[in-house]
Amino acid sequence: MLNRLLSHDLPRNRVLALVLLAILLALAFTPFVFPGTKALNVAAKIIVFIVLAASFDLLLGYTGIVSFAHTMFFGIGAYGIAIASTRLGTGWAAVAIGTLAALALSTLLSVVIGLFSLRVRAIFFAMITLAVASAFLTLASQLSDFTGGEDGLTFKIPEALQPGTSYLDDPFLGASIDGRFVTYYALFCAALALVLLLLRIVNSPFGRVLQAIRENDFRAEAIGYRTVVYRTLASVLSALFATLAGVLLALWLRYNGPDTTLSFEIMLDVLLIVVIGGMGTVYGAVIGSVLLVLAQNYLQDLMKLGASAVEGVPLLSQLISPDRWLLWLGILFVLSVYYFPTGVVGRLRAMRARAAAAPRS
Amino acid sequence: MSAAPLLKLKGVHTHIGAYHILHGVDFEVPAGQVTMLLGRNGAGKTTALRTIMGLWAASQGTVSFDGAQIGGVGRQLGTPDIVQRGIAYVPENMGIFADLSVSENMLLAARGARTLDQLDTARLEWLFGLFPALKKFWLYPAGKLSGGQKQMLSVARAMVEPRRLLLIDEPSKGLAPAIVQNLIAALRELKRTETTVLLVEQNFAMAKALGDHVAVMDDGRIKHRGAMAELAEDEDLQHRLLGLSLAAHQ
Amino acid sequence: MNTSIAAPAPTVTPDAIPKTRFDAKPLLLVLVLALAAWPLVGSTSTWLTLTIAGLAMGMIVFITASGLTLVFGLMDVLNFGHSVFIALGAYVATSVFGVLNGWTAAASLVSNLAAVFVAMLAAMALGGVLGLGFERVIVRPVYGQHLKQILVTIGGAIVGEELIKVFWGPAQIPLPLPETLRGAISLGDVTVDRFRLVAVGVGGVVLAALLYTLNRTKIGLLIRAGVQDREMVESLGYRIRRLFVGVFAAGSALAGLGGCLWGMNQQIVFPQIGGQVNVLLFIVIIIGGLGSTLGCVVGALMVGLMTNYVGFVAPKLTMFSSIGLMVAVLLWRPQGLYPVANR
Repeated sequence: MLNRLLSHDLPRNRVLALVLLAILLALAFTPFVFPGTKALNVAAKIIVFIVLAASFDLLLGYTGIVSFAHTMFFGIGAYGIAIASTRLGTGWAAVAIGTLAALALSTLLSVVIGLFSLRVRAIFFAMITLAVASAFLTLASQLSDFTGGEDGLTFKIPEALQPGTSYLDDPFLGASIDGRFVTYYALFCAALALVLLLLRIVNSPFGRVLQAIRENDFRAEAIGYRTVVYRTLASVLSALFATLAGVLLALWLRYNGPDTTLSFEIMLDVLLIVVIGGMGTVYGAVIGSVLLVLAQNYLQDLMKLGASAVEGVPLLSQLISPDRWLLWLGILFVLSVYYFPTGVVGRLRAMRARAAAAPRS
Repeated sequence: MSAAPLLKLKGVHTHIGAYHILHGVDFEVPAGQVTMLLGRNGAGKTTALRTIMGLWAASQGTVSFDGAQIGGVGRQLGTPDIVQRGIAYVPENMGIFADLSVSENMLLAARGARTLDQLDTARLEWLFGLFPALKKFWLYPAGKLSGGQKQMLSVARAMVEPRRLLLIDEPSKGLAPAIVQNLIAALRELKRTETTVLLVEQNFAMAKALGDHVAVMDDGRIKHRGAMAELAEDEDLQHRLLGLSLAAHQ
Repeated sequence: MNTSIAAPAPTVTPDAIPKTRFDAKPLLLVLVLALAAWPLVGSTSTWLTLTIAGLAMGMIVFITASGLTLVFGLMDVLNFGHSVFIALGAYVATSVFGVLNGWTAAASLVSNLAAVFVAMLAAMALGGVLGLGFERVIVRPVYGQHLKQILVTIGGAIVGEELIKVFWGPAQIPLPLPETLRGAISLGDVTVDRFRLVAVGVGGVVLAALLYTLNRTKIGLLIRAGVQDREMVESLGYRIRRLFVGVFAAGSALAGLGGCLWGMNQQIVFPQIGGQVNVLLFIVIIIGGLGSTLGCVVGALMVGLMTNYVGFVAPKLTMFSSIGLMVAVLLWRPQGLYPVANR
């Protein structure tokens, strides 16, 4: 049954399976196990990034397309909710309309971008998506009447999800059962569903064709698969998932601005996640997201300890300064590309394969 | 008349990815003479040339030039190093730099010259005599030349400085008969300078006109080695090796 | 005795030789763009000011982008880490000006220009040296693998930017211009920033040097040939790998120079300064044609002019004007203004 649920794409490695299970349980029970708003925020961020990174992996890892415009769809989803909630008033209707409008816009844009990707070489395409993402960021900052400009939009979410809404007066097993709690589990369930759906997609015949195209698109075309169609579909699906991730984020933060979803930093984060976690394996997005978000939030504390030890030493203190956590993550990223091209997940799976191949003498 | 071999391939195997193209190629190219490398399409002739040039590395066997190993197991030099020992290459696709002028193409091939002024005038006049189109289109971008003219340029490039060995890959491919005659005349001139040439061809008129020795390839192996004259006289042998006769293709 | 063989023998008259007609259409485009903007801007003096500003910006962008396009054309490497060298150049300028305080504060044009010159040299030197290291450590292991190149050079950019923050701190640093280069001079109604003149001057020199090297030297010939057919250049006996490294280092040095000038143009330096220009660079080299220096100049000038004109007429559309320009050019010539014939 588990096999069917995971679309026959099992972790295939004991360590990996345990880690994934641990992550699943930790996220499922965060409100109870890790008290405090910071922990809940970190967990919510992890959940959103899992969906976002997985959607990017569909494009990069499975189809082999490098696009820097991915955050654009993330932003569209978030702005959809933000704008709808601001203009149409709070409530589920606004959420629904916002989500649908965002999905529609994303579909349109991703079709255009997907078709364009086929006219030009990969490197060209990568550069152009970079330009497009920049333009979109500028657009969002400048249409202040519509998007709230640089300051962004703060809005109210449906009452059921609002932090103020309390369902039980007393905390239950350590967690206060309020709108926040409900929102968190809404995010969790939605993300879980989306990841399982993604697993289903990449393990379907469609997913296999994508991988064939990634390996050798000329050959795939020769066999009879219209690469145009498949690539465009992959672009659209990837964009839609990213849009939904944006919707989730907006519901959690109750705020959206250009830097929250459209910045290049986020694009880099997603890239880091997918590469370090493992390209072309949905689980890589899960592991990578956990690693990155935890690093973002807790590595600095760790580095603070180290920093206090070398305080005063001119260069060293700067290198270990907690503000420079991205430096170390960047180095890890570069090392990953060289030495762990298959990422954490790939490495773990390879270990198992090697162990299995060892003779049982 | 046996001359010492300038180029020697011994047991050369070449793999391209998963494909095993050359299966133990053994042959020698005697110095100062023209050796033809014949065979039908897909026999492995171009692969053999590229292996000699170091563009593809031999997975087994050795390639030696002038007594020293230049490629194969144990010592594989890079293409520029191989070429600097005195080898010139005229590839099948001619390798013309389309955006550069004819003069710039020639200058590139002349490793000893920094500027056009430093090219050997006498040699250049000799080449102009053989290939008049070069002179006519000297400042013209090479990409605008006709197919035949491009081929002339490619061969002329290989001749702009004296070289010990010329590797020429199917120069007459796709050219009109008149131009092929021109090419034969030019290569005959080259022959007079006693430059060693390894010429891959499918045009048998050319083979008979120029070749001193011949090696026939099929399926990545050498099927026959010997004097050109001998093969030219033996029609049965021609049929067996090449599926047709030289005479029929005058 | 060596008669020049550059011209063919007298038996063929010069007219009979078909010479390439130099493709001047893209250059005309620049002119058209400038003239089209004239009525839109309104006043001639403003138009002139904007035009000069645009040319200056174009020149700086060209210097910065020239390395990127050559490296791509020759080595098929797209260096997303280019932005690091740009930022480095800008930061070096701040350090040099800090050290040469006396020269920049002096009211003498000579001292000021000398300080600028030293800053430029330092930026180029550091850019070149670090470019060598970058090529060796980061780029070389992934030759031929485009996807990994993109990822790895981005990683290099991240690390580089963080290292800049380590050495210079994360805050922005003002970069005031030397005394005599501040402000503007008036030529009649037209105000021209002094520094802009310097930028145009430097840009002109770099352009001339690049064009000379590419068109009149053997090395330039090798580069132009290598951009078209690397394998054939090797087959002619040249160790093109060594050339790669040299071109990469030169490209990084130029990026440093560009960054230095850009920092002075903006008069403020911050760690993301490289990334800010990067998008513009990509647009420029796509417009110009990947691998073409002339295309790079034309593209840069067009983008520079466009940005300044639109910045005056409709400021909110500035970013889009560049992208719109790119789309328009690609519709006309999908490979860029001066496509490089590849094998």
